[in-house]
Amino acid sequence: MAATEKTPVTGAGPFNGVLTWIDQRFPLMALWKEHLSEYYAPKNFNFWYYFGSLALLVLVIQIVSGIFLTMNYKPDAHEAFASVEYIMRDVPGGWVIRYIHSTGASFFFITVYLHMVRGLIYGSYRRPRELLWIFGVVIYLALMGEAFFGYLLPWGQMSYWGAQVIVNLFGTIPFIGEPLAIWIRGDYNVSDATLNRFFALHVAAIPLVLVGLVAAHIMALHEVGSNNPDGIEIKKNLDPRTGTPVDGIPFHPYYTVKDLFGTAIFLIVFAAVVFFLPEMGGFFLEANNFIPADSLKTPLEIAPVWYFTPYYAMLRAVPPMFNSQFPGVLIMGCAVLIYFALPWLDRGRVKSIRYRGPRWKIAFAAFAVSFCVLAYFGVHPTNVWGAFPKQWPVVGGDYVAVWFARLLTIVYFFFFLGMPWYTARDRAQEKPEPQRVTW
Amino acid sequence: MTAIVTDRVDEKRRRILIVATSAAGAVVGVGVAGPFVASWFPSAKALAAGAPVEGDFSKIEPGQQVTIAWRGKPVWLLHRTKDMLDRLPANAPLLTDPKCEIPQQPKYIKAPDRAEKPQYFVCVGVCTHLGCTPNLKEQVAAAEMGPTWPGGYYCPCHGSRFDLAGRVFQGSPAPKNLVIPPYHFKTDTVVVIGEDPKGA
Repeated sequence: MAATEKTPVTGAGPFNGVLTWIDQRFPLMALWKEHLSEYYAPKNFNFWYYFGSLALLVLVIQIVSGIFLTMNYKPDAHEAFASVEYIMRDVPGGWVIRYIHSTGASFFFITVYLHMVRGLIYGSYRRPRELLWIFGVVIYLALMGEAFFGYLLPWGQMSYWGAQVIVNLFGTIPFIGEPLAIWIRGDYNVSDATLNRFFALHVAAIPLVLVGLVAAHIMALHEVGSNNPDGIEIKKNLDPRTGTPVDGIPFHPYYTVKDLFGTAIFLIVFAAVVFFLPEMGGFFLEANNFIPADSLKTPLEIAPVWYFTPYYAMLRAVPPMFNSQFPGVLIMGCAVLIYFALPWLDRGRVKSIRYRGPRWKIAFAAFAVSFCVLAYFGVHPTNVWGAFPKQWPVVGGDYVAVWFARLLTIVYFFFFLGMPWYTARDRAQEKPEPQRVTW
Repeated sequence: MTAIVTDRVDEKRRRILIVATSAAGAVVGVGVAGPFVASWFPSAKALAAGAPVEGDFSKIEPGQQVTIAWRGKPVWLLHRTKDMLDRLPANAPLLTDPKCEIPQQPKYIKAPDRAEKPQYFVCVGVCTHLGCTPNLKEQVAAAEMGPTWPGGYYCPCHGSRFDLAGRVFQGSPAPKNLVIPPYHFKTDTVVVIGEDPKGA
């Protein structure tokens, strides 16, 4: 009986007995220590380190509010739209549950995008954290799928036509495109069959995948240890007496308290949006989605929800080639998938923006601007900045925003594809990393 | 007991058995996936709903358009006037595919009319860019379309333009002409959409 040989749990007062009983049958204390009380995180975490735990919080909010929405929602093309209105008007508390869920969708992307920015500026994707980064990118992809499938469910005009446009993207793939699109929809156009399967994917399949990926992401993080704003490895500098990093502090209680503070601030902002700005001027809930889906009538303007717009702007910027839309779709797909390659593109010696050379800083700034401006283009029609004068060579008569989007797409890809070159050139101008973390 | 004492392992045999068992398991796995993948194809109900539909041109005035649903897609029935038809050949230099060489129509549909009976135009009203429904702008030089507009269709989503035979104008985001569905005339004016004419 190996279990009885474990040392009894101490320090939990009247609960020592029951915790000892559990610990002898389940690795309770081992898990607690490995992931909380003896997980040593760098002591110089700053503002940017809130968003991982906040993203986890939003996942929990979405799962809980989503479960309660399914109790009144009907995944049926004839009833879906009305059932959402029923939740909003007739179910006690239904409106707040739904607004929590719709606001949570946007906040999921806000926290994940900020979390990704943190990874980029401090080099958190670099060796030995490549797999941690890959899990993160897969989470991002799953999240995009989750958001897309969920957006169809209210069965409004924008739900319907957004799904139509996205599924048709698959229809542009040479040779297999059209049958593939029919297979995805289960019909010749987006219909009841599509709604039903998207519902299944949104409430069961993708959430299960997401939870599994988040677990893998955290396990990989705790294996390699957290990066920090200096981008140096705290595990290289251990206290000879304790064997723990001299620049590390236990996650619990130090960072659980810090994250609780962040959670409080976050929830204030979140609640303010839920109660006062649930539609966020059409960015979180689009006006056209308050009209029931009509397969014979296209809304005047189809724009995806804000978190997809940078990629949508790229799609629109690429002209058809060889009588096919596929090049644009390919560019859009590559823009997302290229994040996977990041750990192997960066040849800098230092990880953090604090010690990077000038070329990386310029490329990163250009990348950030291009991402934001593309997002802006994506929510507006292509004529938002008017057209070039007819007599101009090459661009004459074309929309200004289309050419800008083309330029910015190139800037976006240069950040990645030019990285092996500019980070290698930067090496001579990088600043030396400190031996110990700074703040 | 002897078998346990003389514990000789035939590594080669073990490897063959592992590979054979795994391969058999993988085949079963693929087989089991079959019905799940198949379940995503259109059901018998969806296939039945995709059956041919009829439209009647005798109820449509010249210059008017009616939209009917076929397989959940809008299909336009446009009764074209002689004036509309006369303008079609002149669009050719402005078009991406004036001769309709890309198979966006059944073999029996030819440029420039793209119709079995020239005055009766049948077309799937789904933009070849990203699947929106273009709007009919039949007026020549309509104010919002500019003075050179010869009459046609305009897609509100991304600005693709098509002529009154569904042929795409150069400079549109849409790469191809609009799709003409298979159809035939049951009587002089009643069209059956979704079915080729006999012998075609």
